[in-house]
Amino acid sequence: MAGRLNRLVDFAPVLIALLLALVVSSVLLIALNANPFEAFDFMLKGAVGSENATAETLVKATPILFVGIGITIAFRGGMINIGGEGQMIAGALAGVTVALVLGEARVPAEMAKTPGAFDLIIVTCSLLGGFLMGALYGGLAGFLKAYFDVNEILSTIMLNQIAVQMMNFLLNGILLDPAEAGFNNIPKTARLVTAAQLPRLSLPIGDPWLFARTRLHWGLIIAMVLAVIIYIFLWRTSWGYRIRAVGENQRASSYAGINVKRQMMFSMFLAGGFAGLAGVVQVLGLQYRLQTDGSPAGFTGAAGFNGIVAALFGGLNPIGAIPAAAFFGGLLVGAQKMQRELGVPASLITAVNGLIVVFVVSSEIFILQRSKRRVSEGEDETPTPNPSSKMREGPSPTEDENSGEGDG
Amino acid sequence: MRKILTIGLLVLFALVGVTSLAQDDVFRIAALMPSATNDLAFSQSMYDALVAIQEELGEDAFEFTIQDSTYIVDDAAVALRDWAASGEFQLVIAHGSQYGPIVEELAAEFTDVSFAWGTRQDTFGMDNVYSYAAASDEGGYFNGVLAAHLTETGVVGLVGPIEVGDGKLYADGFANGVASVDEEIDVNIVFIGSFSDVPLATEAAETHIANGADVLTGTAQMVVGPIAVAVANDVLWFGSDASQDELSEDIGVAFQIYKWDVLLLDMIANIKDGVLGGEYYKLTLENEGLVMEFDKDFEVSDELMALADDVIASIVSGEIVPIPEMMADDKAEEKTEEEGED
Amino acid sequence: MGLDDILTASVFASAIRLATPYIFAALGETFAQRSGVLNLGVDGMMLMGAFTGFYAVYVAQTNAAMSEPMSLLFGVAVALIVGGLMGLAMAFVSVTLKAKQGISGIGVYLFGLGLSELLFQQWVGTPKSVSGFPRINFPVLTDLPIVGEIFFHHNLLVYVAFALVPISAYVLNNTTFGLMIRAVGQNPEAADAMGVSVTRVRYATTTIGGVLAGLAGASLSIALINLFQQNLTAGQGFIAVALVYFGGWRPWTVAAGAMLFSFVNALQLQIKVIGADIPSEFAVMAPYVITIIALVFATKRHEQPTALTKPYERGE
Repeated sequence: MAGRLNRLVDFAPVLIALLLALVVSSVLLIALNANPFEAFDFMLKGAVGSENATAETLVKATPILFVGIGITIAFRGGMINIGGEGQMIAGALAGVTVALVLGEARVPAEMAKTPGAFDLIIVTCSLLGGFLMGALYGGLAGFLKAYFDVNEILSTIMLNQIAVQMMNFLLNGILLDPAEAGFNNIPKTARLVTAAQLPRLSLPIGDPWLFARTRLHWGLIIAMVLAVIIYIFLWRTSWGYRIRAVGENQRASSYAGINVKRQMMFSMFLAGGFAGLAGVVQVLGLQYRLQTDGSPAGFTGAAGFNGIVAALFGGLNPIGAIPAAAFFGGLLVGAQKMQRELGVPASLITAVNGLIVVFVVSSEIFILQRSKRRVSEGEDETPTPNPSSKMREGPSPTEDENSGEGDG
Repeated sequence: MRKILTIGLLVLFALVGVTSLAQDDVFRIAALMPSATNDLAFSQSMYDALVAIQEELGEDAFEFTIQDSTYIVDDAAVALRDWAASGEFQLVIAHGSQYGPIVEELAAEFTDVSFAWGTRQDTFGMDNVYSYAAASDEGGYFNGVLAAHLTETGVVGLVGPIEVGDGKLYADGFANGVASVDEEIDVNIVFIGSFSDVPLATEAAETHIANGADVLTGTAQMVVGPIAVAVANDVLWFGSDASQDELSEDIGVAFQIYKWDVLLLDMIANIKDGVLGGEYYKLTLENEGLVMEFDKDFEVSDELMALADDVIASIVSGEIVPIPEMMADDKAEEKTEEEGED
Repeated sequence: MGLDDILTASVFASAIRLATPYIFAALGETFAQRSGVLNLGVDGMMLMGAFTGFYAVYVAQTNAAMSEPMSLLFGVAVALIVGGLMGLAMAFVSVTLKAKQGISGIGVYLFGLGLSELLFQQWVGTPKSVSGFPRINFPVLTDLPIVGEIFFHHNLLVYVAFALVPISAYVLNNTTFGLMIRAVGQNPEAADAMGVSVTRVRYATTTIGGVLAGLAGASLSIALINLFQQNLTAGQGFIAVALVYFGGWRPWTVAAGAMLFSFVNALQLQIKVIGADIPSEFAVMAPYVITIIALVFATKRHEQPTALTKPYERGE
């Protein structure tokens, strides 16, 4: 009981940080002649105010969660992966190619638009294709780091730009929708056949079912299941242990006989794979085709970056990334509602998002201090140190075990 | 019980919907744009059109709401659905070809809401979707002809975003316009791979000038950089989408301006008559949706003015076809659209 | 199309201009990282510097009727101060509050991106230009063939950027302050034991990083492009961070990286202008590809500052 209360108190600084962010945003809103109460009311309504709003929040959270799981693996392995955007694009390109090719091979033309058709083989192969390409793209950065000592921050930033141009090239070339092959074409692929699409997701509550009339799709479930699997992988398998060991102390891992280079590549491979899944799921579950406006965020929705934030807010724990991703999904979707209803500029929302990130990440020190004080005061319960705060302290594997359980 | 409640709610919504529409004669438009409304380019052209309509119809009769800078395609889906579902808007505009698939899906679901999207010639065969496009090749051709007459070095430069859509159309029209005057003139074209990278666009313009260009043109919101370069180097500038004469000082020559209000007013009239869509609009010089405007600070010689009038007349009459290859293309497209409808 | 059509003097001049904002921002980031602070928010700071510098000049030139040189100095001062304040805020967040640096940097970036655009919309409206730093005409030098075009026809801030390279190298390698920076980044415990305030040094370097990021932004908005538009930097701050890694935390090699990247970029523009028939997408990605490849083949490697991204906890 005391433990639970403590955890609640632990959470207080985050709430205070959010409150502070709200106060600063209110000042900005007042300066723009908008009523802050009205604004935040719209924000809340836009995020969870209706069945559709909630669904859109979850839809927005899905790619953030996929990327966040991958980032968690990378960070636990000591790799800073800024390349989520590029890996998403790489995954989407491969996934959509597989889906288009298999769709053509396995589905007769007259069945292309049949509602409710679902082909497990096409979908599975596309997802795997997306995972693999994203993984190779992320793994490339890991390879360059391991064997050529090319810093992964550098290579992933560069690889993001390369992926966008590659997408523009392919979507305007061999992947271009045959129906678009005109003079003034939009760079996009053909629409996937129904059988290659991830089905929409609804829950058997009410009639029609909850979320039945929304864009919520099975990608969310896949992401959540994978979050649990990766949690087990990281804390319950020797593979996961080796990744974390390298992340915590390369030299010691090396002495302990772990192939550090291989682990670096492996953690970036997995991180890229999850970002790749985020990309292919956006196509299979939502857009049903890949198209580009020339910028990376046009397709990715900046999930490659938001995933980093979600991973760290989730305490570098894949299960913790679930609520973190949902929070950011809600924030981003709600903020747009606010923009539409009040006519406040989109830029205000970008600035406020930045503030929230800074304030919340700054608040962690207070949680850290509290848990430390608790340890030093010798409270009778086992301390559950905040896992995220430990990345910089180089925790021992056993300690981590604790934090993982605590959060899970 | 739940069923009754649902029906009750539906009736209530219907009533609210009907009364709110019946209460006033205000025509409401919601519009979604990919970049900022002050970009001096594509998004601003739509924003300016909506403001113009409001001025024309009056604030009691016309209201609009917008969401700009929505370059994330998925966010567009949320906004458009929100507007469509609200029942408050008689017309929902998706101003960007990348929004097409979303409109296609929503229009099927919200059959009583009218949608407009562009720039593209495709109503998906639905009778509640209007589509619109601009013949930016016409303005490109016009600018090209004038540029060819004004260049002294025989080199003109174009800075474009990515090699697709309106940007490509304008570039090809421009190149053909130049070539129609003098095949010897070099038209150097650089697509910088981005709509928004101002520093790179700026340096692309510098590179053009270093290679002898004394006339520059370009499309997309990053052209503010090239315009500034043109001003600094005292070379001429031709623009597109919206008027840029505020920025181009005395080196701006002519701008192709999209007057979306021309077609929007027509759509509004149609919707008031109960026709929710099914039509494709194209801004052309002929229907005056495309307007060529000379920069206020540019002194137009009589000769140039005569030439300008002549080019416009020839394009309007069909004597000049800015991009001959596209004629065949347009026809093919119309055909596939018809096939798609049955 | 021969090689002399491609490798013109103007390409080199273009590369020097393109490199200028990267050099400012990357040198500032070098100071921060050498002391152990990873600032991923450079791009946001650049944007704020770019906007406020531009706005100061804009107001000074249109309303206050300040003389042009004065207005430009005023603009630079404002950009430096705003950049410095953002650096100070970043220092507070990462040093005092010990927030995770990668993530807080992303927050600072978003804040700068949003706020600069918001203020621009509210205070200026549509893009407007100012008279920025003019290109300098040196007597004799500017008229020299080739050399004159490449080196002696730039605006003042370009020269300032390049002058900062040896200055930064000197400060880092030959001064007590530089020694303290390196000590704090390499072994904060030892530095602390020797009486160096880890906190104070990191505050100083992160603020320097902010000041230079602000200047980098201003070099775009009041010297190279002379106007502001939303997201003017188009992600240059992130490239600048990458270049710090490229240069192995050494000012000279960081600047060399900025020059390499910019040179390839200038080259790809030139190649397209003279009409080479390659897909423009490949041309655009060339600088990114070549930067990675160059680093793969570079033989000399520098160790990362050991304490990079690690907040300092005293006496534990």
